[in-house]
Amino acid sequence: MPDAQTLWLISPELVLAIFGLAILLFAIIWRERVYGALAWVALVGLALALAAAVNLWGAHARLFAGMYAVDMFALFFKIVAPIAGILVVLISMDYLRERTRYRGEFFVLLTFAILAMMMMASSANLLMIFLSIEFLSYMSYLLTGFLREDRKSNEAAIKYLLYGAITSAVMLYGLSLLYGISGSLNLGDVALTFSKSADTSVQTLALVATALVLAGLGFKISLVPFHQWAPDAYEGAPTPVTAFLSVGPKAVGFAVLLRFTLTTLPGLPEFANYWTPLLVIISIATMTLGNLVALRQTNVKRLLAYSSIAQAGYMLIGLVAVNLGGSSPFSGLNGVLIYLFAYLFTNLGAFVCVIAIENATGIVEIPEYAGLVKRAPLVAALFIVFFLSLAGIPPTAGFVGKFFVFGAALREGFLVLAAIGVLNSVISVFYYFGVVRAAFFLEPKDTSPIRVAPLVTLSLVVTAAMVLLIAVYPEPLFNLAAWSMAMLK
Amino acid sequence: MVPFALSLLVLLPLVGAAIVLLIPKGQKSDSLIKWFAVVWSVIPLLLASYLWFVLFDPNASKMQFEEAYLWISSINVRYHVGVDGLSMPLVWLTTLLTVLGLFYSSYVIHERAREFFFMFLLLETGMIGVFVSLDFFLFYVFWELGLVPMYFLIAIWGHAEDRPQYSAIKFFLYTLVGSVLMLLAIIAMYINTSTATTPGTFDLIELATKRPFANDFVFASLAFWGIFLAFAIKVPLFPFHTWLPDAHTAAPTAGSVILAGILLKLGTYGFVRVLVPIFPQVFQANVLPIAILATISIVYGALVAMAQTDFKRLIAYSSVNHMGYVILGVAAAVAIGGANLTDRAIALNGAMLQMFNHGVITGALFFIVGILYERAHTRDLKSFGGLGAKTPVYGAILLTASFASLGLPGLAGFISEFMVFRGAFATLPLIATICVLGIVFGAAMMLWKVIQNVLLGVFDEKRWAEQEKHGVKLYDMTRFEVITLAPLLFLMVLIGVYPSVILNTLNTISVAILGQIVK
Repeated sequence: MPDAQTLWLISPELVLAIFGLAILLFAIIWRERVYGALAWVALVGLALALAAAVNLWGAHARLFAGMYAVDMFALFFKIVAPIAGILVVLISMDYLRERTRYRGEFFVLLTFAILAMMMMASSANLLMIFLSIEFLSYMSYLLTGFLREDRKSNEAAIKYLLYGAITSAVMLYGLSLLYGISGSLNLGDVALTFSKSADTSVQTLALVATALVLAGLGFKISLVPFHQWAPDAYEGAPTPVTAFLSVGPKAVGFAVLLRFTLTTLPGLPEFANYWTPLLVIISIATMTLGNLVALRQTNVKRLLAYSSIAQAGYMLIGLVAVNLGGSSPFSGLNGVLIYLFAYLFTNLGAFVCVIAIENATGIVEIPEYAGLVKRAPLVAALFIVFFLSLAGIPPTAGFVGKFFVFGAALREGFLVLAAIGVLNSVISVFYYFGVVRAAFFLEPKDTSPIRVAPLVTLSLVVTAAMVLLIAVYPEPLFNLAAWSMAMLK
Repeated sequence: MVPFALSLLVLLPLVGAAIVLLIPKGQKSDSLIKWFAVVWSVIPLLLASYLWFVLFDPNASKMQFEEAYLWISSINVRYHVGVDGLSMPLVWLTTLLTVLGLFYSSYVIHERAREFFFMFLLLETGMIGVFVSLDFFLFYVFWELGLVPMYFLIAIWGHAEDRPQYSAIKFFLYTLVGSVLMLLAIIAMYINTSTATTPGTFDLIELATKRPFANDFVFASLAFWGIFLAFAIKVPLFPFHTWLPDAHTAAPTAGSVILAGILLKLGTYGFVRVLVPIFPQVFQANVLPIAILATISIVYGALVAMAQTDFKRLIAYSSVNHMGYVILGVAAAVAIGGANLTDRAIALNGAMLQMFNHGVITGALFFIVGILYERAHTRDLKSFGGLGAKTPVYGAILLTASFASLGLPGLAGFISEFMVFRGAFATLPLIATICVLGIVFGAAMMLWKVIQNVLLGVFDEKRWAEQEKHGVKLYDMTRFEVITLAPLLFLMVLIGVYPSVILNTLNTISVAILGQIVK
């Protein structure tokens, strides 16, 4: 039986597990009668988990024989995860009521998905990494295919599942190689073995193993060339799930990638010579491909899918240029964290806009957004805010994120990478503003006003306020990111 | 003393924009919005006038009305604003042209008035913000803030036959390409000025003394050209000018006025505020290519303008020509050569005065084009003729503005162009000689294409009568149009006759800037 201190340290996870199971029970016992209330139960659970995570701030512990790290880096993501969960619940209530009878289970899956995200953030052990990623993946597959009667939703889930199965097998192979080299599943021990080994073949094998692990994480983060599932899954999935997939798994995918690379790889002095160019190429390919293909999209969900692929490419710049030495404010790592936090609100906000329109009219095709400013002025106006933020134009949160990842790239001398990054953001303006163009400049066929549900309006206002607030007063976010890095030093 | 004077100047239009959004919907809301916006925009003008004419010390070379607060401490970003002789006139001109633009628009904008006046006021905040920012981070934020409203002004209220949406996104993307490279340079300068124990700086004043990359010419050049590109696109300097004719032509009248009057100045202002003081060595090393680009802008701009048949496009290209003189003046001021400080200061004074004058003159010309378009529904120069006799007031105003534009002595344009050439002959004689061609072509385009085509010739009674069926109605300037143009005409004459009113202010600062960079 774990002691009280341990239970305290995993209280966010416990809260989510208890609430998830409770919602499942309620949904089974009382069925339709309580479906409406279950969303609120999930909200309470997520809010409590958020409070528990905030309350643990400052903790630094390794639990369960070193498998599970409760440090500020993990807590950063344990704060991000429930926030994402809360926003997704808020936007999914009306959406689901219109589309399916089985709403209750949705909130079970979502709560467990948030739990899985938290576990990924804390994983400090190869096996734990694999299990938590699989946990999140299964929840994601089910959520994607949640609209049973919708063939697109089913197709999306199958595609997602097949890709996921292959990449996780590849990753497992990589993990087993790492275990083979070091004889330990613990990330710290793996790092230790690396640093002690004088054998050059260890270097080679480590590179192969790490590359294989990258396949699994690249799938979660949607890095090129592991991105192909994303557009189809995003398009077919219920839109709140798309919103979730575009931020949740991506954020914690980065959490694992950062923890994994920053704890195990410093032991390999030669390693960076191969690893960095690989990441540079992946970053450039991800940004450029995502942006170029997005130019051709007419479905707003697909457009945001490609846009979110491109966004992952920008974030990767922060990892490429990571340098935790010195007192520079551009450590690369803080850039990724700030970027992720800004992206969370920005991208969710953009999806709230999409959902606001889709709920009332079913429209997801950009040409049909014509005259949106007359039909739903708030939504149309906030589209601009979120798109400016995605493109990294001030005064928005996205600008702050880009500022720090590009700053890290410049600090480490990756001039070309930074230049390609900023030019990519110029390309992205073209397609983001394609949506704005339709919404503001074209004449609508149907001029009836679009009614936006109160909860959706609330989510819109909250996300937009955060996007602007982070830009005007970014100091707390910098401090949050700076403290989160402490564990990795 | 006015506390927080500059912050007020920046914030007032923003507050006005917010109020415009809040004015309740109703039958009369459009006229309410219009009058509110116009009256509200007068407040910044009065404040700026009070600051410049009463409180501003033209003999002080340091920043005035300074405010500085720490904004983002972890990267040492400060909210640092202040004005000197370079920015004060431009701030004032911004507030003036905004009032005139809003006043004129309140008569001619009938669709989506709320959005129009909101965007216009938001744009004013962005423009004033750039001129008063002394922190490069803050400067960049305001620089980008102006993009979005201008994009909407062009795209929504542009003339449908001029592809406004295409022109708007072209304007946006062109400017953005330059901006993002400037952003990289800004960050790089911060990193370069930071040491292991002290943070770097974004402060423009500090950067001018610290001179980032002083020992690394390659990186200094990279940063220089990154920033140069952002400003050169905005100016616009050949070959980065192709967005300009499209944007100008498509924009609504008041939008063109602001675009030509102020937004182009953001680029040249950046040259003088950022490139000259922070990168004097790199600038000096590259004076020749920059001066050559200015020369091409001047000569080629005038030639292309002369070839236009569209009145508005002609004026747009004439901006390429006129802004070329500004860059020529700046290049002449920093060029390595035997010239003494006086020659250089004259060149820089000329460049700075030319910025102001171009804002006044071209602003007026765009109003004049717009006024004619409102009547004739066309801007084709060949379809006019004989208007001088039919609409004498219009004719007189057009004549005055055209003469000012081509540099007739006694009007504003002459003074600044004369000074640019006076300075340039001392440091870049060959280039200056070639650039004189621009004056000749400039005169030709105004006299031949504009005055001859529009005012002189025979008035085709029959065709105009026939056109009346299509809603075309020719009448002379109405009162609100004269009121709009009167202040600009007054300034043209005032500066032409008595340039000292503004030159004293400019001279203090150009001597100060040049004193720091020229040994």
